[in-house]
Amino acid sequence: MEGTIVGPSMAVGHRLREGRPPSPSRWDRADVVIVGGGIAGLAAARELAREFRGNVVLVELESDLGGNSSWGQATASAYPWGAHYVPLPGREAPEVVALFEELGVITGQDSSGRPIYREQYLCHDPHERLFLHGRWQEGLIPQLGVSADDRAEADRFLARMQTLRESTGTDGRPLFAIPVDRSSADPAWRGLDLETFSTWLDREGFRARPLRWYLDYCCRDDFGLGTSGVSAWAGLHYFAARGGEAANASSSTVVTWPHGNGWLVERLRERIRATVRRGCLVHAVREEGGRVRVEGMDAKTGEAVGWDAGRVILAVPQFIAARMLGEAGGGRGTGAVYPPWLVANLSVDRLPTGRGMEAAWDNVLYEGRGLGYVIANHQEVQSVVRESVLTYYLPLDHAAPTEARREASTWTWEQARDVVLADLRRAHPDIADVTRRMDIRIWGHGMICPVPGFLWSGRRTDWARPVGRIDFAHSDLSGMSLFEEAYIRGVEAGRRVLT
Amino acid sequence: MNERTTRLLLLASVFVIATCGLIYELIAGTLASYLLGDSVLQFSTVIGVYLFAMGVGSWLSGFVSRGEARLFVQVQFLIGLVGGGSAAALFVLFTQVNAFRPVLYGLIFLIGTLVGLEIPLLLRILKDRLEFKDLVARVFTFDYIGALLASLLFPLVLVPHLGLVRSSFLFGMLNVVVGILTARVLRLTGPWATATVSGGAVLFAVLLAGFVAADRFTSWSERNTYPDPIIHAFSSPYQRIVLTRGGGDLRLHLNGNLQFSSRDEYRYHESLVHPGLSRMTGAKRVLVLGGGDGLAVREVLKYPGVEQVQLVDLDPAMTRLFTGLPILTNLNFGALSSPKVRVENADAFTWLAAAGPEAKYDFVIVDFPDPSNFSLGKLYSTAFYRRLRTVLAPGGAVVIQCTSPLVARRAFWCIDGTLRETGFLTRPYHVYVPSFGEWGFILASTDPLPTELSLPDGLKFLSASTVRGLFEFPPDMDRVVVEVNRLNNQALVRYFEEDWAKVR
Repeated sequence: MEGTIVGPSMAVGHRLREGRPPSPSRWDRADVVIVGGGIAGLAAARELAREFRGNVVLVELESDLGGNSSWGQATASAYPWGAHYVPLPGREAPEVVALFEELGVITGQDSSGRPIYREQYLCHDPHERLFLHGRWQEGLIPQLGVSADDRAEADRFLARMQTLRESTGTDGRPLFAIPVDRSSADPAWRGLDLETFSTWLDREGFRARPLRWYLDYCCRDDFGLGTSGVSAWAGLHYFAARGGEAANASSSTVVTWPHGNGWLVERLRERIRATVRRGCLVHAVREEGGRVRVEGMDAKTGEAVGWDAGRVILAVPQFIAARMLGEAGGGRGTGAVYPPWLVANLSVDRLPTGRGMEAAWDNVLYEGRGLGYVIANHQEVQSVVRESVLTYYLPLDHAAPTEARREASTWTWEQARDVVLADLRRAHPDIADVTRRMDIRIWGHGMICPVPGFLWSGRRTDWARPVGRIDFAHSDLSGMSLFEEAYIRGVEAGRRVLT
Repeated sequence: MNERTTRLLLLASVFVIATCGLIYELIAGTLASYLLGDSVLQFSTVIGVYLFAMGVGSWLSGFVSRGEARLFVQVQFLIGLVGGGSAAALFVLFTQVNAFRPVLYGLIFLIGTLVGLEIPLLLRILKDRLEFKDLVARVFTFDYIGALLASLLFPLVLVPHLGLVRSSFLFGMLNVVVGILTARVLRLTGPWATATVSGGAVLFAVLLAGFVAADRFTSWSERNTYPDPIIHAFSSPYQRIVLTRGGGDLRLHLNGNLQFSSRDEYRYHESLVHPGLSRMTGAKRVLVLGGGDGLAVREVLKYPGVEQVQLVDLDPAMTRLFTGLPILTNLNFGALSSPKVRVENADAFTWLAAAGPEAKYDFVIVDFPDPSNFSLGKLYSTAFYRRLRTVLAPGGAVVIQCTSPLVARRAFWCIDGTLRETGFLTRPYHVYVPSFGEWGFILASTDPLPTELSLPDGLKFLSASTVRGLFEFPPDMDRVVVEVNRLNNQALVRYFEEDWAKVR
């Protein structure tokens, strides 16, 4: 088995902490500079491409665009390095519905106005399976060997979530929505942001171990920390905010591609009109005489580069934006938590064997260390798929984020590989035999995590407000790393430039 | 070694070779009745030929004037080779040659002749070591005890636990061991003797390899899966292909599921092809998806107006088998070798996606395995039928094999609903195929189809009036309202599993 640890350019990024590199000798003029080529930056650039006639520069640190939605290509399939699906967008996210219509993800409407999705992009059945008691079962909620009482408790939880999904707050808005800021402001519910999800579950009498494992799994999956790390409001949001409609799919379905959300990155990239500068580290952004000076350096050569911009959109996480802005950054990013992640892509000669249910899109191990794996080429229509790529996700939540990040940054490829194999071997004794290659990415700052007290503290709103000619667009301004949040924030930032 | 031990060992070898001799006879008889059917006839003729050949062998021994011991050792080796490999050879040859009986009886005659040589030679080797009356008494005692042992071992231990191929290799090895021991016991010397012993060792190794490899041909558990003996088994990268033959009935199984029985496959294939194609006057281009056995193509070629048949089957092993093996080309009339037929090995879904705008067919036959897993379920989905529409010529039609509407009623009507969802007009029908039971098909088209049939001559099952009856559904398998099968719900696989689970 071979492989490497690939990006992201942590070492380059850390130069921001050290002394400032020399100032550029030349300033290129640009009407708009977008810093950050993830979903938010791309969405902003695409919005500008509609009407804006000025020149736009998009600067990205990495060699590839996409941020958490970046992707890679193996012989068998494209594969994601991070985000890999989008739930069906609901009424509160018309921007995403419009995007899906434009990209042909939604192909029309049925007579009752429900969107018809392109079948190829809807997650193919079987969606999920869970390995417990030595066998694979269908679905992620533990069933095998689970007592009737414990199963009833899971049903009670799901019924409760269904009620919440259909409920509105005193202001008439849905209790939980995507994007987050379109949720009800009802204080009775927002107050739940101050306690942990596990506190709420204990109080509500949801204590069965199988159910609690499942809920913990879901929180780790979306936020990088378990039920005792995230706020109760965020935990409930995970279960009660999703549920867009479709004419040809149930509301729990998601859309996905072999590249994961990298497919969306590519579609957005095709639709922008901007000079894209990759491998460039922006280290300073400041307003000066009615213009904005953007200072950067080439990540490879160290050469200083600079832009003299009319407007700037910082589509980067707030802790990075704070460093770029220096003193003007104020307390930006304080209290925001980004747990580290490990993502591994395993090129396999054939799917590993296992007892019970056949392979699904998402394959999870009960009480496993990681979150299991997704089969990247699950959406292929060939009836017999042999070679494949398994994308394995592991939130490094065994220690506090800072400590776990420091530890993981010292791992060699062999150490990281063994962590992955040890976890998967329990379900697949032959995993090492079928794996030809394993590439690993350690995300030092993975996704923002909605820890208690963060979402409705008012800090997000402050940070999202434009400062002079500098605007902000990133999913961490929503407190959740979701495609919809990043995309809508990018679109809104783009629109603000146009007006 | 004293004289007594030598004598005893030689008599013991009588016992062993007698057992071996009868085993080969039983193997040949069993194999012949497996492959050719009619066990009384097969056993009688095999025993007759075998005994006659033994007589020929005994007679031939009269022409041997010296070197009996040496010849005896050589005969043991030959029997070990020919007898030991006989079952494997017959299985392989049965699927490869047209005239199987001459091969079968030729081999039986050869083994019988060699076995017939054994006892006379041994009697002559022992003649100076025993009095004549003792000699005859002891040799024939051991001979008959050996026969008893063989006749008990064969049905009770060997066939159920080792199978024919491995049993014959095992007894071949025993013959070789007897040969080697005889050479040692009689202290045969000289360069010839050394060469013989090493030759015997090599032969033993070959037979042992055959014995071990026999498990790759068919496993013990697999032999118990099929009611009839396996005559050909092969694992392609895609599936396990098993041909069985019981009496006159040749059956093909893919991954353990029956694909056809040669006794009644005409009912299935006539019903698959003719109710649709016979109303498509002027159909020139026909597409067959799946159906690598060429049996549907055989029916299509009964229409002289058809100029081109494109067959797309995933597995090259299937199409190779049905293009090359005489017993199979006898069945499909060599349809896959017809100049009108183009065979392509590809996944049907990807093949359809890659098909250019010029790929338009007047009639499409979809003959996939039942939707028993999620991979196969994709080939019955709305996404698949949408792609299928793109290769249909204006006014063209599609026919789809749709599992049993009686057993898997929801699965059958799910396929119907899925076709309707994608804009097809459907005409479901069903037919009784004894080896399958009640079986269903759906004729689908985008425009209403002509009602006039012009069936080709020489059909064994269908006539214009029987075809009309096929479209009537009695209440127990009439339409039920079920979900549409989409890639994202795979409703069909679930219906299929649940429905079939009730009868299994």
